[in-house]
Amino acid sequence: MTDTVKEPIERLLHNHPFFAGMEEPMLEKLAACATTRTYKAGHRVLKEGACADHFTVLLSGCVAVEVATPEQGVTPLQTLHAGDILGWSWLVAPYRWTFSATAREDTRAVIFDAPCLRRALEADHELAYHLMPRFIGVMSERLHSARLQMLDLYGPPAGARERGLA
Amino acid sequence: MSTLATPLKGHAPPPEAPHPAAAPDPATDPMVPRPFRIVRVKKELSDTFTFDLVAQDGAPLGFRPGQFNMLYVFGVGEVPISISGDPAVPEVLVHTTRAVGTVTRAMWAMKAGATIGIRGPFGSAWPVETARGGDVVVVAGGIGLAPLRPLIHTLLNQRESFNRVMILYGARTPEDILYKTEVRAWRGRFDVSAQVTVDRATGGWSGPVGVVTRLINAGGFDAPSTTAFVCGPEVMMRAACDALTRKGVARGKVWLSMERNMKCALGFCGHCQWGGAFVCKDGPVFNYAAVADRLPVAEY
Ligand SMILES: Cc1cc2nc3c(=O)[nH]c(=O)nc-3n(C[C@H](O)[C@H](O)[C@H](O)COP(=O)(O)OP(=O)(O)OC[C@H]3O[C@@H](n4cnc5c(N)ncnc54)[C@H](O)[C@@H]3O)c2cc1C
Ligand code: FES
Repeated sequence: MTDTVKEPIERLLHNHPFFAGMEEPMLEKLAACATTRTYKAGHRVLKEGACADHFTVLLSGCVAVEVATPEQGVTPLQTLHAGDILGWSWLVAPYRWTFSATAREDTRAVIFDAPCLRRALEADHELAYHLMPRFIGVMSERLHSARLQMLDLYGPPAGARERGLA
Repeated sequence: MSTLATPLKGHAPPPEAPHPAAAPDPATDPMVPRPFRIVRVKKELSDTFTFDLVAQDGAPLGFRPGQFNMLYVFGVGEVPISISGDPAVPEVLVHTTRAVGTVTRAMWAMKAGATIGIRGPFGSAWPVETARGGDVVVVAGGIGLAPLRPLIHTLLNQRESFNRVMILYGARTPEDILYKTEVRAWRGRFDVSAQVTVDRATGGWSGPVGVVTRLINAGGFDAPSTTAFVCGPEVMMRAACDALTRKGVARGKVWLSMERNMKCALGFCGHCQWGGAFVCKDGPVFNYAAVADRLPVAEY
């Protein structure tokens, strides 16, 4: 659903931590590719395998990044909240989502049109230079988080597991 | 001074009065355990349980939040376990333990009415007083909530002394959330922000999913005035301390609790040595500024 609340997108971006420190003219260029949207709780925001034609900046609410397997059904891997961004498959060919995502609460977001954004970055390398490290920062943080989750840090100590103690 | 010190010249005890083999006194000898009776056993999780203990001599065991005791299962062995009760209620000594090996497994099998030996309290404490007037962020991971619970009790008992109080807790799954009733009560308070995240969502969990550092990244505290207290597995503490300092919390205002194998708990045997420190005596609570360089060192 397209958002009816009219607030300049530049202002929304200016106040969002992902864009912190970016100059106004750059935010204006980015805003030219963006719209605001609200998702009702339960709305499927991304579908694994579908065309990654946008990226999402969360303003409020909560979205769960999920993976579906035949054995375990839909498993949430991570929840994202205000201040987070969702999706970078739009940056990497073949531009397909590698996970699904569902709104857990009514969620408000800024949505960027990926082809428009790719063209803007192609035409303005300085804009790309300022935007890309932000994505790399988010990717590295998510990778680190995923590794910690994989480590099962709070599980029984390896020795206890092997000896059937826990 | 030790009673076994060499007598001064000319002051040797007379031969008619041989030195009696004095029975060690638990009240004065920190190597001798005091017997405590288990008055309640609560199974918290599939491998974790809480003992409520009362001293057989009736004398309460006062302690400061963050300190630990040595728990002696007679005939089996002795282990360091943090005190997890309310320091304002010293008559009942509370320990939450996870059964992982020989001694803790033997404790798991013990029932109310049984006797256990206690030495302590030992070690440094969470410096609650340094947090007064500012924001407080408590970051716990897994069983790490147990050593932080006395601190949380103190913060809530003296709530007006602190500005914002945040409790950020990471558990393995929703079934592994420790002290569920209490966590729910903290979440229900209007003057505390208590957030729980799980590494793996199961059974219709509708709360946050992801590592506890993500809750730190979300902010909600005034970094310059914040004091943070962190306890959990070492890897988690490293990530949490890093996230806190990246948010602007000064290293000198971040505190963490370390674990090392122990024997004497008195700084004599060197079993718990960690760099230049003994965890039993200089810790277990350390200031992050003092140990940050040592923390990322893998000891294998
Ligand atoms: C200051 C401090 C505070 C603590 N507070 C708490 C607390 O509040 N609650 C709590 O539950 N714990 C706490 N601990 C940890 C607790 O002391 C240890 O879990 C306990 O000492 C384990 O003793 P154990 O005899 O049961 O296990 P051990 O038999 O000594 O085993 C210890 C570890 O080694 C592994 N292990 C042992 N033998 C083998 C083997 N043959 N092969 C492979 N692995 C093996 C075990 O799985 C286990 O992980 C604290 C530790 C310290 C230092
Ligand atoms: S346990 Fe003996 S020195 Fe620490």
